[in-house]
Parts: sequence; structure tokens; C-alpha cells
Amino acid sequence: MANNRTFRGGVHPLHEAHEGKSPTSGVATRDFNAKAVSIMMGMHLGAPSTPCVQPGDHVKLGQVIGEPVGFLGLPVHASVSGEVLEVGPVQSVNNPAAMAVTIKNDFKDEWVELHPLGDVETCPVDQIVPAIKAAGICGMGGAAFPTHVKFAVKEGQYCDTIILNGAECETHLTCDHRLMLEKSGRIVDGLRAAMRALNVKRGVIAIEDNKPDAIEAMTKAAQGRNGVEVMPLQTKYPQGGEKQLIQVVTGREVPTKKLPLDVHVIVLNVGTAAAIADAVIEGKPLISRITTITGRVKKPSNLRIRVGTRVEDLIAECGGFSMDREHVGKIVLGGAMTGFPAPSTRVPLAKANNGVVVYCARESVELEETPCIRCGRCVDACPIGLVPFKLKFMCEAGDMQAASANNIMDCVVCGSCSYICPAHRVLTSAFKAMKDQIAAEAKKGKG
Amino acid sequence: MKLNLSPAPHVHTNQSTRTLMRNVLIALLPCAIAGVGFFGFNALMVLLVSTFSAVAAEYLWQAATRQKVRVGDLSAAVTGLILGLNLPATAPLWMVAIGSAFAVVIVKGLFGGLGDNFVNPALAARAMLLASWPQYMTRWYAPAGLAAVDAVATATPLSNPGGFTTLQLILGSIPGSVGEVCKIAILLGFAWMLYTKTITWRIPVVMVVSTAVFSFAFGNDPLAAVLSGGLLFGAVFMATDYATCPMTAVGQIVYAALAGLLVAVIRKFSDYPEGVTYAILLMNVASPVIDHFITRRVYGHGWCSPARWPRCWTTSTPTKRAAWRCSWSSAPCSRASRR
Repeated sequence: MANNRTFRGGVHPLHEAHEGKSPTSGVATRDFNAKAVSIMMGMHLGAPSTPCVQPGDHVKLGQVIGEPVGFLGLPVHASVSGEVLEVGPVQSVNNPAAMAVTIKNDFKDEWVELHPLGDVETCPVDQIVPAIKAAGICGMGGAAFPTHVKFAVKEGQYCDTIILNGAECETHLTCDHRLMLEKSGRIVDGLRAAMRALNVKRGVIAIEDNKPDAIEAMTKAAQGRNGVEVMPLQTKYPQGGEKQLIQVVTGREVPTKKLPLDVHVIVLNVGTAAAIADAVIEGKPLISRITTITGRVKKPSNLRIRVGTRVEDLIAECGGFSMDREHVGKIVLGGAMTGFPAPSTRVPLAKANNGVVVYCARESVELEETPCIRCGRCVDACPIGLVPFKLKFMCEAGDMQAASANNIMDCVVCGSCSYICPAHRVLTSAFKAMKDQIAAEAKKGKG
Repeated sequence: MKLNLSPAPHVHTNQSTRTLMRNVLIALLPCAIAGVGFFGFNALMVLLVSTFSAVAAEYLWQAATRQKVRVGDLSAAVTGLILGLNLPATAPLWMVAIGSAFAVVIVKGLFGGLGDNFVNPALAARAMLLASWPQYMTRWYAPAGLAAVDAVATATPLSNPGGFTTLQLILGSIPGSVGEVCKIAILLGFAWMLYTKTITWRIPVVMVVSTAVFSFAFGNDPLAAVLSGGLLFGAVFMATDYATCPMTAVGQIVYAALAGLLVAVIRKFSDYPEGVTYAILLMNVASPVIDHFITRRVYGHGWCSPARWPRCWTTSTPTKRAAWRCSWSSAPCSRASRR
């Protein structure tokens, strides 16, 4: 499966350890249904939804429990059936008080009335995007951008390619890999639904060549489907970054400060495509997803979890920590390159959480930041072509003008520079802070 | 259970400053062994004194200026050993120690420490010694092995072209600096640094090829030009100094090609028989300019994005001036942040 399609720069994190994927990539996905779930209202990018149930209410599976707010708003659905215990703030990964609805599971899994559209090839085209919105689907690769907004093609814009991101370049995670093996037909259905909704002729499923079985399964599923092709990509981080993927698949670059649609491309995660297929074919909202639980747990697995399941329940389901509790160093939601560290084990998972990775204390030791030796490894690694070591000096000096003039706003926060730096300099998170600061400043200037 | 909340990325490459420097030290070992083999006990003393005085100077400088002492990163040891390998085995030891201290304190420490020096410390120290004590720096003796007692003053291959066979030039049984004579040892070190990904092939290969091409163009024997003097040693160990070479692949190729041209020009047209030291030093001070003009194109930007040069020449909004200032030299930014 030799393929040299790739971008400039990038790194190979955990290359010797098969990117940390080997413990889970060969194990079939299991269903997991927790006793109680805390479904957050703000799981997508955009304003959090408004809860529309009261404690004590009985909710059915798939019932709307949060009404969408604003242009980027999405409805939130009950992921289990049972009694609402609480409507109030819970600790989430990056918000100490995230509004959430906690539901006690009665394990009956009674569905609300569903309104399926039928087969993806014959269903009415104009109802696909409303169905995607009603199902509460957001990007399931991590950024959680509401999917129906991606499909909002403005006057003068058009889309000619939809790319399904099955690269899964992040370390440790194998949820997309397992999904491609187990639900390959559903993924292609979702892609076809998306293509029909926007009258797109070309659909590309992009997969890194470290997953030959997934490439095979998807190629088989794509056979005879109109305009769908599978494209193997070189294994390199961040191959699955949206900008890199568009560059590799179409040869186009998203101009700075523009969106993929400006170069006539929409990128969707394979998980999102499967959710679209479920929404169209069965009318089911997005209430469950596959998540990889790995690292220092006794039984690393891929679980099909209900949205809102807490990290502690998942770790218990995977046999618990593989060492004493006090030697647990870090619990990361997501892969090692971009994941968020969890402040507690009671954090609930959102629609976009693709993994839980447990590190022991020794693995999560913070390395001391030493002087930059200007070796240029960060310059070679940056997939965007920035000069990270220089940007870091500007961040340290708080020089927003210099940083933005040196294109810090184009940084995709992939972590490659921090990963490769032999002086252990803290680059990526400094850039993220700087970007947020510049964005806040720009907003202030406007308002 | 106390959970660590440090931000992504949560994994890190195994390379650190210390392992990189350790790999350079290992790569220098064959040269050191060959040098001691050819020039005997004197050479050993020169290497020991240069290395340990560099480490001592770094320790004293960092302690005296109340910085965190970082001799453990081995960068001072590398500087000292490279300087020692650049000196004749007959160099007086007091001069060696002064050279090491100059390299570490004046060239590196005073300009901000590791990574902030604008020329290669070992080479700058060699140039200083050459200017200050030329009588000791140009006193060459034929290698006589470990048993050497009464060495005989002689001429190097550069001032006496044709006086040595190619085999002699490759093996290293010729007069010269301690580390530069044995080309096989240098190539062994190069191979080790490539294998451990400490450096890339670009600068050494391009610089050597460029010297050969331009020497040929100026009417000299390209093979002799490559094998004589400190060219190979300089190209492998000194032109590749991280802090003083350009950052981008294209920039490094330009830098190395120009350095090779300078070597050929100095050797052919100046009174100096050897040009590697000054060629690399000159390209060191030119590398910020190369880095300014030769950059990677930023994704989603054209070749003329605001931070690139054509507009910087012609426009002068505050943003662009800031970009100009900061990409020309990191000094105004880095200085403010180091306090």
C-alpha cells in the first residue's frame, strides 16, 4: 500500500509503539450502557442549548432535552431512557460549570417516535440537511463544529468534493478504524447522503496506510456507489488535519482566514458520516459514539458509549486502572497530540470525545523548558510552514503585532513543534493562548 | 490521585538537547582517537584541556551571572572538544584554555548563551587565537604517532600541494590540526550523526561539493581541495552548528553552497592557505539574512504574504515593521523575554 500522498512537515509520534494503537485496533467494539449519564448542553461549537426538561421527568431514548440556541445551535437528545435526576452545572473538561442534564438509566431503551427518511439514494434531497440538524450532529473528530452549518452553502459558493476523514492520525485512538471495519456500509451511506444533499459528484474517503484492513473494507463498501473513492494516505501526523487533508486529497489550499467551502470542499469525520446515515435511514439522533479507552487500563477497548457517560464508568468497564490509583498521572480525553487533560474522573464525555487515554505518573512528568538551541526541528515539523521558535519569542514578549504578522493565526495547534522540540519548549499551548488573545482583541476592536 | 493538567501534546520525542550534544560528542570520538594516534600525548593534552576548560568556563560564567547552571546539557563540552580538534597538537596549553574560555564566555555567554550566539563559538575562538598567536597556530609538524618526541616542522598539504599522496590525505598521516587530518574518522562521525538524526546531510554534502566545484573552476585539483585542510571537519561539525546555520532546507543549501564558494575563493585568491574558518564565520553572520529571505511559504498564503520581503521593503504599517524587525533578528523579542 505504498502511497506518497502527503504534506510538508509533520512528525511521527510514538512511531515505535505503532502510535499506541496496537492494544485496541484488533478488538471488536462493545456496547456499554452506564447507570447514569450527564448530558452536557454545550457539546458543540456554538452557544449551549437550553434544557427543556425538569428533574423528575421521565424521558425516552432520543427525546429532545435541550433546545438549540442561535445560528450554531444544535438540539441535545436523551441518550438513555429513564428519570431526569438533575438539571444543573457539572464539571466538564474545559468548563468547571457546564450545564448538563443528568439522567438515571432504566435500561429499557424505549425510543421516541422516529421519522426516518428512508434509503439515502432515494430520499428527498431537501430534507437531508434539516434531518442532520434535527439529529444534533456535530463534527465527531474533535472540533464539534455543527454539521448542518458546514452544509450551509452561501450564494456564489459551491462544493465539488466531500472528504471523509478516516486518517485517524492521532496517537492511541482506533475508534474510527473500528468504525470503518464494522460499519463500512453506514459510512458510505452517510457520505452518499451528504453528496446528494449538496449535489456533489466526488466523495473521497481518506485513510492512512497504517490501516490496510480499513482501506480494504471501505473499498469494498464503496464499490458500485456513485462517485465514492477510497484514497490511502501516508501515515504521518497531522495527516487528518482538515487543512492538510484538503491539500493532500485535492491539491488545493484553504486560503488564510477562509473556510474549506471557499475551495469547494467539505471535510467530515467518518463517525459523522455514520451518524448522518443513522439520522437519514433510521431517523435516529446522535446519542452514542465509539470511543477508545486505552493507556494504563487493564482491558483497553473500543466502546460504543452513550453520550454523557462519565470517564470513571468507562475506566471501570475497561477493568480499572492497571496500577494503583495514586500512580495515575494524567487522563486525557482525545489523543496524545491534541487531547485535553481531564480535571477529574467524573467528567462526562461529549459527542466529539473520541478517546480516553490514561497515563501513569512517570509518563506524564513535565519536562523542564530549556533554552532554544535553534536546531530548526520545529520549522521542519510545522505542517503550515510557520517558524515556531521565533513565534515563541514573540509570545513570551507578548508582542501580538509581531506574532500576527508572522501568521500565528494560521497555526492549527497540532502540537508537532512541541512534540519534536529537543529543548522541551512549550510552543503549541503558548500559540493557542496567543491566538485566543489576538482573537479576543480583534473582537473588542470590532464591538 | 492527583491529575496532571499540562496541555497537549502529552507525548514527547526522546531527543533532548543533552542527547543531541551527546551524539555530537560520540561522533567526535573517532576524530579525537585518530588525532591522538597521529600526534601523540600532546594532542591528548590539548583535547583534555580544551574540553574541561570550556566546561569550567561555562560553569563559572553561569554561576557568576546567577543563571541556572546548565553544563549538564554538554554543549560546552562539544564546543571545547571541537576547538581542541581545530588546534595543532603543539599548541601551548595556556593558549588552549584561553581559547575555550573565549568561545564559551565571550562568543556564547555574552550574546545570550546557548542558541543565541551569532557565530560558531569554537570557530570564533580559533580565529581569535590565529590572530593573536599566529606563531603557535601555524606551527605544523608531521604526525609521528604516540612515540613522537622530536617533531620536525613541516608544511601542510595546503601550502605544499602535491607533497602528499591521496591515500595519506585520506588516512590522515599528514600535518594539520588534531581532528581534521583523518578523513575516515570524520566520515564515521558524519555517519553516526546522520544515523541518530542529529544533523541532516544537506550542509556537509553541499559545502564539500561546492568547494570541489569552485576549486575546479579556479583551476585547482578538486579532490585535493576536499581532502586538504579542515574542509571536511568544518563542513561536518562546524558549519552544521544549529544556532548559526539557516533554518529552512533551501536556506541551508544556499548557505552551504556559498560557504564552499568562499573556501575556494579564500584558498585561491588570498594569502591564507586555509579558508574554512573564515568561510564558515562569514556565512554564520550571513545566515540571519538567508533566513529572512528564504522562508517556507505559509499554507494558504501566496508567495507575497505580509511577512515576506517584497512588501516589507515598500510598505511601513506598524504591523509590517514589527514583522520586519522580528524576522530580521529575534534579538528585540528574545531579549525582552529572557529577563
